[in-house]
Amino acid sequence: MKLRRDVFQAIADPTRRAIITLVALQAMTPSAIAENFDSSRQTISKHIQILTECEILEQEQNGREIYYHLNPQKMKEIADFIEPFRKLWDERFNNLESIMKKYKSNK
Amino acid sequence: MELKTKVHAEDDKQELLIIREFDLPLELLFKAYVEPEIIQQWMGTKVLKLENKKHGSWQFETTDYNGNKHRFNGVIHDFSPNQKITRTFEMENTPFPVQLEFLGFEKLTENTSQLNIHIVYKSVADRDQMLQLPFAQGLNMAHNRLQDIVEKLK
Repeated sequence: MKLRRDVFQAIADPTRRAIITLVALQAMTPSAIAENFDSSRQTISKHIQILTECEILEQEQNGREIYYHLNPQKMKEIADFIEPFRKLWDERFNNLESIMKKYKSNK
Repeated sequence: MELKTKVHAEDDKQELLIIREFDLPLELLFKAYVEPEIIQQWMGTKVLKLENKKHGSWQFETTDYNGNKHRFNGVIHDFSPNQKITRTFEMENTPFPVQLEFLGFEKLTENTSQLNIHIVYKSVADRDQMLQLPFAQGLNMAHNRLQDIVEKLK
């Protein structure tokens, strides 16, 4: 019996997070993904398999190649998937604020 | 601490709203969007080109922690000092389609101001993919950059 997988298991591992990072930018073949790591192809395949079982990655047949891409629907299930986006901008804007306050006091 | 930045992304809409109040006079907030040296500091991007005028264009470049360079560019459709900037935004060498950004600058009091960014994407899926990028990439980059800048300010 296959273990029940969930998204949190998927993102718990650093290699799997790195795979998600790569695939977030564009759909990739398993060999293109593996090229980015020092681990064996087999290890990377295992991680891809887990991500697919969690439905974070989806397969797409393109000619003879299989491409993997992120499943946005699944990403949404991760509590507040927008939060990192908001935090990123919040940090940038905090930055802007402190730089401009300093700018003002220097004048 | 509560985040001061608000992000509104309604389900099944191909748009996004980012709202932020600043403890800064309107003129200083606007300046942070037009002076290349200042943009460089808070965005962490190199400004390759920035023509602050109608029909002008811009191009920024970031270097990630692996040393890879990423470029962004767009065209400025509208530019009214201390009021608004309307521009396109595109990430080079990625499959993401261009997006349209409406930046509205508002004076709240003598010393506070508000920025409203309204972004329109090509499709709902494109918007959702853009939203999940920071999640996927983690915040390492932003944290490192923030750390560096804060160190310099000390």
